[in-house]
Amino acid sequence: MSGSHTDGDAWAKPVEKLAVSEVEPGGAGINVAGKRPTSPVQGFGRMWQKTYRVRLTGSDATPAQVIEVWKRDFPYFWPKGNRFFAPLAGIAPGEVAVLDLSMPGRLKLSTGVLVMYADEESFTLMTPQGHMFSGWITFSAAQDDGEPTVAQAQVLMRASDPLYEVGMTMGGHRQEDRHWEHTLRALAEAFGVEGDVSTETLCVDKRRQWGNAGNVWHNAGIRSGMYTASAPLRFAARPFRRGG
Amino acid sequence: MTEATTASMTVRTPSEEISVIDIDGEITAAREPALMDAYGRASGDRTRRVVLNFSGLEYMNSSGIGLLVTLLVRANRNHQRLQAYGLSEHYRQIFELTRLDEAIGIYDDEAAALAAAA
Repeated sequence: MSGSHTDGDAWAKPVEKLAVSEVEPGGAGINVAGKRPTSPVQGFGRMWQKTYRVRLTGSDATPAQVIEVWKRDFPYFWPKGNRFFAPLAGIAPGEVAVLDLSMPGRLKLSTGVLVMYADEESFTLMTPQGHMFSGWITFSAAQDDGEPTVAQAQVLMRASDPLYEVGMTMGGHRQEDRHWEHTLRALAEAFGVEGDVSTETLCVDKRRQWGNAGNVWHNAGIRSGMYTASAPLRFAARPFRRGG
Repeated sequence: MTEATTASMTVRTPSEEISVIDIDGEITAAREPALMDAYGRASGDRTRRVVLNFSGLEYMNSSGIGLLVTLLVRANRNHQRLQAYGLSEHYRQIFELTRLDEAIGIYDDEAAALAAAA
């Protein structure tokens, strides 16, 4: 393997703050521009590694073919009520996507992701400040000789702040599990497979990083709620803005 | 699945408080056993710093950077600092992108890393 491939073009370039350029229309597009990407190092809560897998038994799709479809149709595999506004350039290193996620109480959480890494057999999305968790999600596909391809989503994360940590504990983890289990089943269906999704959860670090509790300032849930609540005011102010 | 690459990594101990892991080839999910085995050999009761030598690194994907995060957690749990040297400009940029450079001290060469660790 060594020397037979290179990662030179697969990684995004470092960015201090995210910029949203061209994405599919319709997303609120807040809580993304100007935010810094975050890794588990910058998060608050316990650190988790969650791995979701589906075996594409009966399909002869190669890992590269699976990832090609996954990148191309990524939003269509998500559960209803959650929207992924893909970059017009597609899922490529350095591109930024906008997300509107369903939260309990019919709330919408607007956030985004940076495409941190993308090659032919995997891609990784990194979250910005304010997202529910700090970390990344790697989508990959692999195949043993003579075996069907296995598609996998793996999340490495810490809840970003104390409020999210409480939310994750009070059902957020289960909701996230359902999200990715649905996604993998939908991906398998795209290859004509009725997939049985396995889930593995590993607590990598039980400690909470109290030094990062101040991340709550960026909490996209709170900011999305305020944005929604202030919609009538913004609507009322429109004529005055037009008039300059 | 990706074939596991189990070739071991070299571990050196310049002092009883400092260990150096010479990383060669690639850092991917397949190298997890080798990396964690090397860390296990590098981490003694009195070890306070673990220095990763990336001079021989040829390839790293996002699963590999995840491994380094896991290694960082293990080191923190053992009250050890993780340091690195020998990163090419490309891999320095990846540390910057993933903000691992905020948690892992990066140095130009082994002498600088050991001096900082002294």
